[in-house]
Amino acid sequence: MGDFPHVTPTMRATADFITETDADGSAALVLTGPLTVSALGSVDSRLRALEGPFKAVDLSRASRIDTVGAWTAWSLSQRFGAQIVGASPEAERLIGAISAVDDNTAPVEAPRLPLYLRVPQQVGGVMIGLGHGMLLVLGFLGQIVLAGGVLIRHPGKFRLRALVHQMELMGVNALAIIGLMSFLVGIVIAQQGAVQLRQFGAEIYTVNLVGRLSLRELGILMTAIMVAGRSGSAFAAQLGTMKLTEEIDAMRTIGVSPIEALVIPRLLATMLMMPLLGIYSAAIGIVGGAALSALTLGIPFFTFLARIQEVVPLHDVWVGLIKGPVFGLIVATSGCYQGLQVKSDAEEVGTRTTAAVVMAIFMVIVLDAFFAVFFSEVGWG
Amino acid sequence: MSDEGLLTACAVPPPPGSEADLFPIRVRGLKNAFGEHVIHENLDLDVRRGEILGVVGGSGTGKSVLMRSIIGLQIPEEGSIEVLGSPITDARDDDDIDIRCRWGILFQGGALFSTLTVAENVEVPLREFYPEIADDLRHEIARYKVLLSGLPAEATSKYPSELSGGMKKRAGLARALALDPELLFLDEPTAGLDPIGAAGFDQLIRSLQQTLGLTVFLITHDLDTLYEICDRVAVIADKRVIAVGTIPELIATDHPWIKSYFNGPRGRAAMAANERNAALGTKGQEA
Repeated sequence: MGDFPHVTPTMRATADFITETDADGSAALVLTGPLTVSALGSVDSRLRALEGPFKAVDLSRASRIDTVGAWTAWSLSQRFGAQIVGASPEAERLIGAISAVDDNTAPVEAPRLPLYLRVPQQVGGVMIGLGHGMLLVLGFLGQIVLAGGVLIRHPGKFRLRALVHQMELMGVNALAIIGLMSFLVGIVIAQQGAVQLRQFGAEIYTVNLVGRLSLRELGILMTAIMVAGRSGSAFAAQLGTMKLTEEIDAMRTIGVSPIEALVIPRLLATMLMMPLLGIYSAAIGIVGGAALSALTLGIPFFTFLARIQEVVPLHDVWVGLIKGPVFGLIVATSGCYQGLQVKSDAEEVGTRTTAAVVMAIFMVIVLDAFFAVFFSEVGWG
Repeated sequence: MSDEGLLTACAVPPPPGSEADLFPIRVRGLKNAFGEHVIHENLDLDVRRGEILGVVGGSGTGKSVLMRSIIGLQIPEEGSIEVLGSPITDARDDDDIDIRCRWGILFQGGALFSTLTVAENVEVPLREFYPEIADDLRHEIARYKVLLSGLPAEATSKYPSELSGGMKKRAGLARALALDPELLFLDEPTAGLDPIGAAGFDQLIRSLQQTLGLTVFLITHDLDTLYEICDRVAVIADKRVIAVGTIPELIATDHPWIKSYFNGPRGRAAMAANERNAALGTKGQEA
């Protein structure tokens, strides 16, 4: 390849200017040096500070010129009402091209309201947006119910393969991460519980703590949060990207309802897999607690598991199982809803995905609080 | 002098009359392959200064891959590529000298940054290479570049999602021209445009090329574009450039693909249209 002496770093030549006054008192502005994008940046502010009048903008001492130089010369000549003189044929050509398109209109900038108007305007915009969003969510739920009705009347339209595929993606593929997380949470609960219960000499109640907490609350809650982060976000991003690439419009024109083909399988898969994942998570959490108890509390592993059967009432299992599909519904609905709301660009896919996860986790925790009150009122405390 | 704070310096133009000046793009022995699938083998290509070189070839012959190799997005398996005298094949992102300020690239869909307005898109390369340019001048530069690309002034404050396909291409062209490059790469500039829009875009490329003294590397399927504005045409087939020349020279060769390309019904229609235009004297109607 040889060496390339002309590409060694060299000090950049800069443009400059001088003013010359004729015998008759009229001044000319003489631009010197290379009038190029790389050279004009440092001289531009001084040129802007110049005060006229000038009769001419002289380019005869410019060594090179590009469109930025041509623009500078042209805008100077416009500002001072000066003639451009001494331009090379190349400069003439460039200035000609620029003067041909410059329409002298002021730069277009979006009008900006004063602060005292902007704040109420934004607050109002957010409130109207919230109300509008509620209607959209209701509409979306309505679409799902309608599509569900269609599928019940025409079971042949149901997409079993898509359902199984989604169950694998959001359920089976999540087993490892949910298992690891639950195991660690089980260890933490057992360890922290044992520290507190030891003060009463009631370390054996660690079994009750780990068993009931895992089955009733933590198993399903942690699973819902993990599924929201793992699958709810994926739903939003997938559907959002499909919206941008017009795949969803293409489906509609072919006569395939995107709700039936995309939303229902995801929704059903999540609702079916959530209780299973929740029970799995609770079981692994109990194993984690048992492992820690065997190591540090001296409760043998299988004794711990046998005690679980005695101290955990069956309705704790039901509580976890009932919450599962509800949380699944929330996670999948918010993911699919936000994905289908994408309209403009790639950035919106990102914000919608974030919104899907935040909305899902928030709703799950709020509903979990309601469930806690409800189940204790009905006597499943 | 004003280089402080700059990580990379823009490469200076090669000296006039040198080989790098006469042939801004030189490709030698290029080999590209995706796994077992060989796209190019032993491909040579020279682009002359100040010409519009059209690159044609069947679908899947690697026109875009060739362009991506030249602009450093695709690392070739073998061969050397020099652009304006700088080797691309062993260039790295952290090189002191940056050849990237001497070229502009228009991707097929425009590839505008969707979160920025048209004017901000044009300003991105200016900010990157010339941070010393003050806001006022940079806004003005972006504005006249947009106007030079044939967009109305209102388009400067619009986002790419608000533009039609043709306007996106013009905005992409404005961004490609932001740094006053010598080299312009165009990937199917007229694909997806209506015939009037495509003819207008052809004329725009021709007039900008003449005004700004550009060397243009143009990938196209559009026979009208080839006849209207290309000085020479390079044909890619059989994993290499099988012929480079003016269209009459190419038609004179007897390669079957070239023959069927230029002598097919579309090729003959484009040639007839070109002859009609030439007879009417409208070919030289650039602004």
